[in-house]
Order: sequence, then C-alpha cells, then structure tokens
Amino acid sequence: MKKVLEGSHAIAEAVKLCKPGVIAAYPITPQTHIIERLSEMVADGELDAKFVNAESEHSAISICLGAQAIGVRTFTSSASQGLALMYEVLYIVSGMRLPIVMVVANRSLSAPLNIWNDWSDSFGARDSGWIQLYCESIQEAVDTVIQAYKIGEDEKVSLPVMVCIDGFFLSHVYEPVEIPDSKIVEKFLPTYKGRVIDFNKPISQGMWAGPDYYQEFKKAQHEAMENAKEVIRKTNNEFKKIFGRGYGNGLVETYNMEEAEYALITMGSLSGTAKYVLKSKKIKDIGLIRIKSFRPFPVDEIKKAIKNLRGVGVLEKDISPGLGGTLCYELRGLTKKKNVSTFVGGLGGRDVKIEDFLKIFKAIREERGELIWV
Amino acid sequence: MGVKKVKVVKEEKASESFNEKNQCLFYPGASNCAGCPETIAVRAILSVAGKNTIIVNATSCLEIVSSQYPYTSWGVNYIHGAFENAAAIAGGVSLALEKLGKEGNVIALAGDGGTLDIGLQSLSGMLERGEKVCFICLDNEAYMNTGVQRSSATPFAASTTTSPAGKIIKGNVTWKKPIAEIVVAHRIPYIATASIGYIDDLKVKVAKALKKENQPSFIHVLNPCPLGWKFESHQTVQIGRLAVETGMWVLYEIENGSFKLTMDVPKRKPVEEYLRAQGRFSHLFKEENLHIIKEIQKRIDEEWERFRKC
Amino acid sequence: MKGRKKVGAEKNCEKGGVSYKDSRINKTSGWRNFKPIFTERCKGCGLCISYCPEGCISLINKKAKVDYDYCKGCLLCIEICPFKAIEKQVEK
Repeated sequence: MKKVLEGSHAIAEAVKLCKPGVIAAYPITPQTHIIERLSEMVADGELDAKFVNAESEHSAISICLGAQAIGVRTFTSSASQGLALMYEVLYIVSGMRLPIVMVVANRSLSAPLNIWNDWSDSFGARDSGWIQLYCESIQEAVDTVIQAYKIGEDEKVSLPVMVCIDGFFLSHVYEPVEIPDSKIVEKFLPTYKGRVIDFNKPISQGMWAGPDYYQEFKKAQHEAMENAKEVIRKTNNEFKKIFGRGYGNGLVETYNMEEAEYALITMGSLSGTAKYVLKSKKIKDIGLIRIKSFRPFPVDEIKKAIKNLRGVGVLEKDISPGLGGTLCYELRGLTKKKNVSTFVGGLGGRDVKIEDFLKIFKAIREERGELIWV
Repeated sequence: MGVKKVKVVKEEKASESFNEKNQCLFYPGASNCAGCPETIAVRAILSVAGKNTIIVNATSCLEIVSSQYPYTSWGVNYIHGAFENAAAIAGGVSLALEKLGKEGNVIALAGDGGTLDIGLQSLSGMLERGEKVCFICLDNEAYMNTGVQRSSATPFAASTTTSPAGKIIKGNVTWKKPIAEIVVAHRIPYIATASIGYIDDLKVKVAKALKKENQPSFIHVLNPCPLGWKFESHQTVQIGRLAVETGMWVLYEIENGSFKLTMDVPKRKPVEEYLRAQGRFSHLFKEENLHIIKEIQKRIDEEWERFRKC
Repeated sequence: MKGRKKVGAEKNCEKGGVSYKDSRINKTSGWRNFKPIFTERCKGCGLCISYCPEGCISLINKKAKVDYDYCKGCLLCIEICPFKAIEKQVEK
C-alpha cells in the first residue's frame, strides 16, 4: 500500500524493516530527519534497537564498528562535514570487512559552508572501500537500503555500503512510496549471521599488518568489490521478483537508448529530470545512462551501452579542482571513448533546470570537449 | 623492598598468561620491550577479567606489539579500531552484547594519548552516555609508540623528543593534565588510580571496576617505561613504587563520589629520589636547574594538601 | 603471480584483519644479554609470576620455573624477589 512520506521518513521505515540492533546517530542537515524518525520508532517500541546519540560522527561510526564487529547489524547516517569527519574510520570499517550500512544525504563540503546538495562528500570517500549506490527516487532509496544489507552481508562481499541520496531533493521531498511488507522483508533479509562473538573461539580484529601482508588485504578487498557486482545484480533481480521493483540491472539503468546516437551519463536525482526532458521534448537521438553503483564501477555495462554511440556527455555534481569532473575522467579512462563531453553543475544545491538540460544536449551533439559549467 | 607476610600459594600455578582452566588469555611472544609495564598490566587485568572479555584497544605500544598479523598475543576477543575512539567502539560493543543477550566484560585499553589527548572526546561521550565499559588508561606519560613524544600526561620538566631539555626551555613546560578529575566531573560510579608497582592493588581495583553496577568505570594506571623514561629494564616495578612513595603518584578510589586514599604515604620521600632515578629528568640535576626540583616538590606538597581535604 | 592459490595467512586476509594464529611462534629468547637463574632459595611466593612482563614464569612443585623460550632477560624477577633467590648470569 502506498503512503505519502517525506524521503527521510520513508528511509527510516526501510531501516526499521531491516531490524538493526544498534543505531548510532549524530545530527547533520540534511539527514537529521532520518535519525529523528528512527529515535521516535525506538522510543515508541516500534523498533527494538539500541539508539545511541553519539557526541560526533567519528564516534557514531566507531560505535557501529564496535557493534558490528561482535555480530550485530548496525545503521548510521550522515552527510558532508560529518562524513568527512568519519574519514579515517570509513577506511578502517572497510578494511575490517564489516558490512555496516550508512545512508549519505549528499551535501556539499565547506568552505564556504553550504547545506545543499552535491556529491563532493561521498566522492571524497570513493576509495575507502565502501560500496556506493546512488538513488534516483525515494522509492529507490527505500528499496536500496533493504538491498544494501543483503549485498554487504553476502559472504563473497562482506563490505560496508553507502546508500547515497541527494540531500533535500530526496530527503525532504514528499512522494508516494510503497513500504514493503515486514514479513516478506524478513524472508528476503534474514538475521545477520556474520562474525558473531564467541568467547570460546576468540579472535583479534583490526590488526597491524606489515608490508608483506598489507597488500594482500587490499587485494582481497578489491576482489570483494569485484564480486559485489554479481551480488548487486543478483540482489536487484531477486528484489524485483519478490517486490516487483528493479532498477536497471542493479548497477546501471538505461533509458531512451533505442534510437540514441548519444547518451547523457549521470547519477542520482538528476536522472529524474533528464528522463522528464527526454520524454516531454520527444528527444530520440539522446538517451540516458544512469549509474546506480558508483563503487564498484560498472565498466562492462557502460562499455556495452555506449559501444555504438557517436559520443557521450557526463553530467556530475562534483568538481576535482585541478582535474575537472571526477566521474567524467573515471569514465574516459575506463571506456576509452573518444567523444566524452564533460559537464559540472548543481554544486551547492544549484538547480539544474530543464533549459540547462537542453543546453547540455546541444553541447553533446556538438561533441564539445572542454569542461562546461552548467 | 621486603614483603612482611609470605604464604606459599599453591603447589602449581601456571604463568600469569593462563586462567584457572589453563586457557591462555595472553600468549607469550609479544614484541614489547624487555621490562615493559604494559604487558604486566594486561596479564593482571585479564587474570581478573577472565575469558568472557572483549578488549577494545586504541592504537598504542600495546596494540602494535600484541597484534601483528598474522599472529596475535590475545587469547580473548580483541578489537582495534583507531587511535581516538577506543571508548566509542567499546560503547558500541557493550550495547551489542546487551542486544545479543550475552554476558561479558568490555574493557577499553588506551594509552595516555588515546585517553587524555586525542581520545578525550570519545571518552567523555562514552562516560556521559553511561555505557557498561571499564576504561583503563595505561599511562606511560608520552607517545611512546612513535618514539617518546610529549603528551598532556607528560610530567612537568620531563624531557621528551618534542619537549627536549634545551638551553632555554628545560623540558616539558606544562603540568600533567588531571584526567581523573575530568572523569570525576562525569559523575561515574567508580574511578581509581593504580600503579604497576602494586599489582595486587591494581587487581583489586579492576575487580571492582568490572562489576556492572560500577560501570562505566575508569582506572588510571601508571606504567613506567624503561625506554622512554630512561632507566634499566629491571627497575620498572621499583620506579612504579617510588612514584607512590615520593607522592608523585597518588593511589586513590572514588566510589559514587566518595574519595578514599587507598594508600596513604604519611612520610613521603623527597621527589628528588624519583627524579634522580630516571634519565628523562637528568638535566634537572645541573646547577642552573636545581630550582626546578624545588618547584616540583612544592607542587607535590600542595597537591597532597588538596587530597587530604577531599 | 596469477593463478597462485592462496593458503594460510594469505588466504586469511580475505576476512579483513582477523588473527590467524597466536604469537607463541615468536620466540624472544634471542633478545637476552643476561639470564635469570632460579636457585633453591625460592620459597614459591609467586611474586615473580605476577610481575613477569612476558608471563613466562610458572610455579611447579612450589618452585618458580622460567620458560627460557620467551624470557627477554629484563631481570625484573631478580629485582622483585624478596629472598634474593634469583641470580643474574651472562647469556652465552
């Protein structure tokens, strides 16, 4: 049954269905509504979890680390400065292979201080070893949170997952959402059976490793990320079969590619506007490729989708000063495509309007090569 | 250093590494320096805590020497996270234990850096939330792991690599941060200080600190470091006792706000004896620096006046 | 390197920093310059057992006994013994 919910509250409902044992919280705009709703659920007895008000994000993720390390499912959410503060612990959590799930309500990084949406916070953590899944709509965010636990906890993966939603655009907007049935979710996502503490079989975690072993750990982490591609695809398909909703193949979604000569590649809620423009303006020669899984990077799917195209354009909400748009350069390097136009816009929550999309499409057709600020 | 009463304890006793069921709690073979007080403290703590213990260790000498992949010295469950979040991780562990319905001791072990400096925030957060953790600070009065740099626990006038005794500045210029007093302000049920010089006293205090009704609890243990403080490896326990005998280190307990000196020292030895025994204070014995020793003695006398009024 | 099968500690890396074995493999006897020798004056009080940093002294038949595989020669036991029952010997 569909309910009209605020994005954050819908995500809180999804988290409730996953039954985390420990939730660590620290407020930061624009994710605060998620933890507020979760604390209400715990206070009313709707959710049987330990809700902890940490004294900083660094401690919030550390609390999740401790709880997950002895075998309890956890959840936290953050954004921007908070995510940046967690930086060292993100690497540690992934290195220890603890499948924590965190919702990141993408927000720009200071300075200057800005509370609105762009991807600079989660992009800063792109090498931390966390799986990063970007959502286009609130419904997708709800579905992805549930899938995130299943993906991260898979034996072949065992990695933490970041579910990224565009701050304010998805966190504070109301949408009709289908909240899955709890009994069906229970079957889809059983109790966490990972590294549960055993006093008779003690283990040491988070050890020191010298040059002869450190690289092996990183190799294993990289392999796990590669394994995650298959697990993400499988989980997406399973979810679609049970709940009726799938998002592309789980890693990448394509739209309007039937007669396309060019494609716009982007992520998150920008895709929603792009789809609207393509449909309403009846554009046939440009399609949309939406990357859902930024890490692991879906090279094969993208290569396949852009194989016969004359060119592509990458629209992203981040800038790497001194380089340009990160997503564009990752794509250019991996796909070796000749015509890749690069567009950077929407930073600090700046609206990317319909007119902007039309300008972008024009630039893509003109096969422009230089960095274009939208 | 005589012992008044000696009783033969048993016929056989396995080394301090083992519990009564002969399960090893802390394996030999760790890479600590000869005479290191950290491993003495750990064995004493584990002998009281037992097998159903989870240790959360901050990055420190102890962590580096005892958990070198692939070999661990820990015979109990052990988690190392980062430098400053031992308290936060331990809090998460204790909550998860409650959720799993399991009983066990959660002990956070951190050095002076991981407690007084970089670890202060997460310690304060954990204490304020009242999580069921026993936090033990193993204080060797400097960042020993990285080569003896000054921390806020370094005593006045001690020479470290970042507060060296030079011609103009004569060692560390600040007095030791009174962490136990900061912890007292959090109004937790049990706070104690201990010294590696008095192992049985430490064990008694750990036993009290591990009682759930006394948690969160905090124990501050003085760990004289042969390498950093510059004395011979066989003198570790002697220095730990001298610290108490000269009044430089005070052994006390605060149970539910009530202060008690656990070892009174009515006639304190002059602090000069303690300072003379360590190379890190050797510059104080130059003619031009002797007044600093007097300053230290005055401060210790004042501190003891304060303690007597508690 | 390709195709080489991972075993032992290397394979264990896949678990992400979880211990593989214990540290008894690290025999630190080579650290010693001096060795503590226990004499018959030992009364079995157990003080050296409580204070040994390596935990390598045990009480067997009311006498203290050192596991020399792990003794680093810190000589704390000599300092602590109330009966002067331990002697210092140069390690050969």
